[in-house]
Amino acid sequence: MARDDALPDLLDDRDPDYIRDTLPAAWLLATLWHRAEVRGLENIPERGPVLLVGNHSGGNTSPDSICFTLAFTSYFGVERRFHQLAHKLVMASPGIGSFLQKYGTIEASHPNAEVALHAGAAVLVYPGGDWEVHRPSWQSSRVDFAGRTGFLKLAIRTGVPIVPVVSIGGQETLFVLTRGEALSRALGLDRLRLKVLPVSLVIPWGITLGDFIPRLPFPAKLTTQVLPPIDLREKFGDDPHLDDAYDYVTSTMQSTLDALAAERRFPVLG
Amino acid sequence: MRLEESVEVRASRQVVWDYIADADHHPLFMAGLTRWHVDGDAEMRCGSRINMRMRVGSAHVGSLIEITEFDPPADMAWNSVTGIDQRGRWRLRDAGPARTRVTLRLAYQSPGGLLGSIADRVARRDVQRNLRRSLERLKDQVEAGVATRSP
Repeated sequence: MARDDALPDLLDDRDPDYIRDTLPAAWLLATLWHRAEVRGLENIPERGPVLLVGNHSGGNTSPDSICFTLAFTSYFGVERRFHQLAHKLVMASPGIGSFLQKYGTIEASHPNAEVALHAGAAVLVYPGGDWEVHRPSWQSSRVDFAGRTGFLKLAIRTGVPIVPVVSIGGQETLFVLTRGEALSRALGLDRLRLKVLPVSLVIPWGITLGDFIPRLPFPAKLTTQVLPPIDLREKFGDDPHLDDAYDYVTSTMQSTLDALAAERRFPVLG
Repeated sequence: MRLEESVEVRASRQVVWDYIADADHHPLFMAGLTRWHVDGDAEMRCGSRINMRMRVGSAHVGSLIEITEFDPPADMAWNSVTGIDQRGRWRLRDAGPARTRVTLRLAYQSPGGLLGSIADRVARRDVQRNLRRSLERLKDQVEAGVATRSP
C-alpha cells in the first residue's frame, strides 16, 4: 500500500521532535517504575502498514500503551509513522488529548484507522476498549474483546497484517473492583459510548468512581510479547469468516497471556 | 555521557581488526545488541550505515550510525545519523608480540533536557556493563579463533 503524497490532516498533529524529546521521560517511567519489558519487536514488519492489536489494561492511563509506544518508537525510530487509536473521551481530556495527538494518537473510528493505514502507518488498536481496560483486576490475565470484530473487518478491507501485542501487569497498576456497567447504563453514559463506570482502588484517592481523575499507578511490572504477523486472507481465504478469525486471534493472544501470567510469581512485583 | 572499556587480546592487531571489521561478527560479541543491520552490501567501510539497537532498561536504544573513520588495523569510529546522539570508536594498539590493547569508547546524549540527562545517568550502568561484556566476548572469540588456527 503506497503512502499518500499529501498527508491527511488527521495525521498532521504527530510531532516526531516532540516524541523524541519526551522519550527519556517515558523511558524513566517504564524502566524505574514499571520494570517494563517488550519482547518480539522483530516480529513487526520493518516497513509498511500494519495493524497492531493489543489487549488493553490499566485504566485510562494505560501504562502498557506508554511502554509499548516507547519500545516501538525506540526500536523503529521516531521517523516511522505510528498511530494509536483512543476513545474520544480520552482525546477530549484537557491536556491529555493534545499530548496524545503529538504522539500520533487519533480518535478511534474505522475511517480514521483506514486513513492511517493508507498512509503506510503502523496502527495500534485495542478492540476491547473501555470494556477490557476496566475489567476487574482479578481478570488481569484474560483477553476480553467483548466479541468486537471491527479490527478484523479493518484488516480484511485494507489487506494489512495483524500483529498481536499481548501485555500483562497493566491491570495491577490500579485495582478495579467492578466495571460498573449497570451504573453507566442507569446514568445514560452508554449513549456517550461509555459503557462502564468502574469502581477502583487507586493511589492517592482510595476508592474512586469512574476513571477520570489523575492518579499514580501502582508500580506493577509490565511485560509485553509481540507475536508474528497474521495474514487473515492467507490463513482463512479471500473471504474470511469473522467468527473463525476472531477465535483464532483471541485464542492465540490468550495462550500467550497465559504463558506470561505463568511467569509472574507475585501481583504487582511480577 | 562518555564511557570507555579496554581489554588485552592475545592476538595480533590485524587479527583483531579483521574480526571487528566483519559486520557479521558484531551480533556474536556485542552484548545487549537487539538490532544490527548494515545498509547495502554489508561490508564495513567509511560511509557504511548501520541500524543498531541495544537493550538498555525498558527500551531498545540506539541509532542509525555511519562509519566516519576506517583506518585498518587501528581505528574505526562512528557517529549517529538518527536516533540517540552517539559517537564511538574502536581503538587497537600493539601491546607486545602478538598482543593487542582493544579500547571501545562510546559517548551518548539523550534528548529531553534534564530528564534526558537523568536517563543517561540511569542508563550508564547497563551500557557500561554491555561494553565490558562485549570486550570480554570479543577477547574470547578472537583468542579461540587464534588457537584454532595455531598448529
